[in-house]
Amino acid sequence: MRYDAIAINNQDNVATALRVLQKGETVLVGVGDGTMAVALVEDVEFGHKIAVHDIATGDDIIKYGEVIGRATKKIPGGAHAHVHNIESLRGRGDLE
Amino acid sequence: MEFLGYRRPDGRVGTRNYVGVLSTVVCANEVAEDIARQVDGAVSFTHHQGCCQTPLDIRRVTEVLTGLGSNPNLAAVLLVSLGCESTEIEKVVAGIRAAGKRVEVIGLQDIGGAARTRAEGTLIVQDMVAEASRAKPVPCPLSDIVLGMKCGSSDTTQGLSATPAIGRASDAIVAAGGTSVLGEITEFIGAEHIIARHAATPEVAAQILALVDRMESRAKAVGCDMRGGQPTGGNIKGGLTTIEEKSLGAIAKGGAAPIQAVYEYGQQPRVKGLVVMDSPGREPEILTGLAAAGCNVIAFATGRGAPQGFPFVPVIKLTGNARTWEHLRDHIDMSVAGIIEGTESLPQAGERLLERIVAVSSGERTRSEITGYTRAMDIYVTGPVI
Repeated sequence: MRYDAIAINNQDNVATALRVLQKGETVLVGVGDGTMAVALVEDVEFGHKIAVHDIATGDDIIKYGEVIGRATKKIPGGAHAHVHNIESLRGRGDLE
Repeated sequence: MEFLGYRRPDGRVGTRNYVGVLSTVVCANEVAEDIARQVDGAVSFTHHQGCCQTPLDIRRVTEVLTGLGSNPNLAAVLLVSLGCESTEIEKVVAGIRAAGKRVEVIGLQDIGGAARTRAEGTLIVQDMVAEASRAKPVPCPLSDIVLGMKCGSSDTTQGLSATPAIGRASDAIVAAGGTSVLGEITEFIGAEHIIARHAATPEVAAQILALVDRMESRAKAVGCDMRGGQPTGGNIKGGLTTIEEKSLGAIAKGGAAPIQAVYEYGQQPRVKGLVVMDSPGREPEILTGLAAAGCNVIAFATGRGAPQGFPFVPVIKLTGNARTWEHLRDHIDMSVAGIIEGTESLPQAGERLLERIVAVSSGERTRSEITGYTRAMDIYVTGPVI
């Protein structure tokens, strides 16, 4: 099975795009040992992350089954998840 | 699952059966190299330390040479000395002998120059190889594997494919009663609070945090903030969002096993399971540290293609980057690019890596061994050269 984005752990709420993903397409995401379908609401570059489901403002962002940051605004499922809507809990190098 | 290894008198198992020619100081390197070059079955270890250093670093050099000489991949050891160095050679000899091996010392100033030392050393090493070649590999359980882990020359694919594949293989070795050593403390920065949560006890968690703090303090002492500028602008452009994410991609090598203990650089683990060893990320120093700790095989994740191997511990290179796999075939042992292409699952890739670790531990040669790209070595020191 060929998937379009990958998440390492079953608990992850973000997945990394394995190719350029386009708004409007429904992509297959490998999540842990299974897969799920996610409808893209915007374009996402290779190597960047998408939300695999809706994430509320202030929610933890989970990758590798661990907290890698916090949502600074609501991130709809299928949206690009990156520095514009996620903040580190440990500071960010290019701002501080 | 079993592999064919050389069981040594101290109970540890070698995946190779070399005679080691170890230089005790930077000044004896050339002679050590020459001797090993003249004897099939011998390998040399050279470095830039052993003199004009702080007492702390001299102790480090003494301990690391002892650890290297005791590594089960070496059947016997010749130490090549200058004569006036600070390395405590008697301690190195006693430590290697305690592992039940033949060890001898020759010195340039004692014997009378490089030519005589080369001749005498070559004869000793020939004799050692003759003895070593009588050893027969025997079936050994996975619990005799001491896996060293490393990543380097990284790219976007690595944290999603090669490093978690190593994590899967490490988990399998740990579950079978083996040992797995995670170094590269610099990679912990930003995710140290998460790594500390994987510690088996609160004491181990505190030791992990203390290691990171010590590494950062050393950098700060020379005016460098290792946390600043992370993730880099290039990382962010590539899709990495936070420092936690970047560090987790590197330490995914450790898998899901609890961390049982923390060790200083080059120290031999006294417990089984996943352990952390203090070390920087640079190849010569970490490969040497893992070898001194007694690792008998090393798995190395590389996205862009790092060529380095080590003289007497096989280093298995894996990449998740299909282009690197095609482009750098003489340096890379296996591709896990199927994870990125969506054609192979992570558990499948981890299983394949485990099979490869068993094959290489049983004698299958790695690319770095075949190409002879095995000279990435040096001892990690923290003080000034005087």
